[in-house]
Amino acid sequence: MEITTRSLWTLVHGMGFGALYLLACSGAIVLLFLRSATNEHSTPKGDRVLGIYLTVMAAVAWLTVLSGTYIIYPWYRAAPPAGAAHLTAFPRSLLLSNPATKQWHLIGMEWKEHVAWLVPIAVTMAAFIAIKYARDLKHSPPLRTALYGFVATSLFAAGVAGFFGAMLDKNAPVDGGQTIRLVQGE
Amino acid sequence: MSSQSAISQDSAPGLPNGSAAAILSAGIGSFTLALLTIVADQSATVKSMLSIYKPTGALSGVTTFAMLAWIVVWAILDWRWRGRNPSLKRINVIAFALLALSLLATFPPLGDLL
Repeated sequence: MEITTRSLWTLVHGMGFGALYLLACSGAIVLLFLRSATNEHSTPKGDRVLGIYLTVMAAVAWLTVLSGTYIIYPWYRAAPPAGAAHLTAFPRSLLLSNPATKQWHLIGMEWKEHVAWLVPIAVTMAAFIAIKYARDLKHSPPLRTALYGFVATSLFAAGVAGFFGAMLDKNAPVDGGQTIRLVQGE
Repeated sequence: MSSQSAISQDSAPGLPNGSAAAILSAGIGSFTLALLTIVADQSATVKSMLSIYKPTGALSGVTTFAMLAWIVVWAILDWRWRGRNPSLKRINVIAFALLALSLLATFPPLGDLL
């Protein structure tokens, strides 16, 4: 059982940070809903938990976009040498070479690479509000609306990025680099 | 409705204005990202200028400058609104409109129409 370093990074980025963010986002929405539906969670301890939770989400969002943009994306968009017959190591060129897969890049990747960056902006703001204005959340409906709205938008943007990330990896996986042997075969 | 009553309806008494600065700047930062994405897509010169890290291409400049714009706008608004209490409802409407426009404008088939 083996994995290449590029595959491993893709896994860390998508299945690690990305999926973790999506899961955490669902949790945040439930947490925020419970706070507004009941007053049980609007305690100093509950405020602290919300602040920490959103801060961790913001950190995960930043790790996701930074690893995607600066580690995986350069491998994805690398240009093949002139006359290259095999494009497997050049996912972007591989997708563009076939009319059946072209749109995965032109729509999927083009949207994913930009919309994903809305996530850290939205959730960093949400974390800031939750930490600095935690006590005001209880009394200010517009502040709560802003928090819910930005967290929900970040879920949508992360969902778009995650969906296209998975589909792109299915059609033209980022692979290569050093091979890591996980389990020795018999 | 007087401005005083608008403020008391919008937010708790003494709600710090820093929250308004954070919310609006997030909307502006998102919209800057979408705007730079469209401009880079339509102008080869801008695309080349935004390629501050070659392996990542224009995406490096688009995201770096959008993040800078977000942080700078946040700091400016926070400073400008110190001691004031802007209407959070109005700020939310503007911020959500900018956020929605950003989601739409980054979608390539729509971005290409602009």
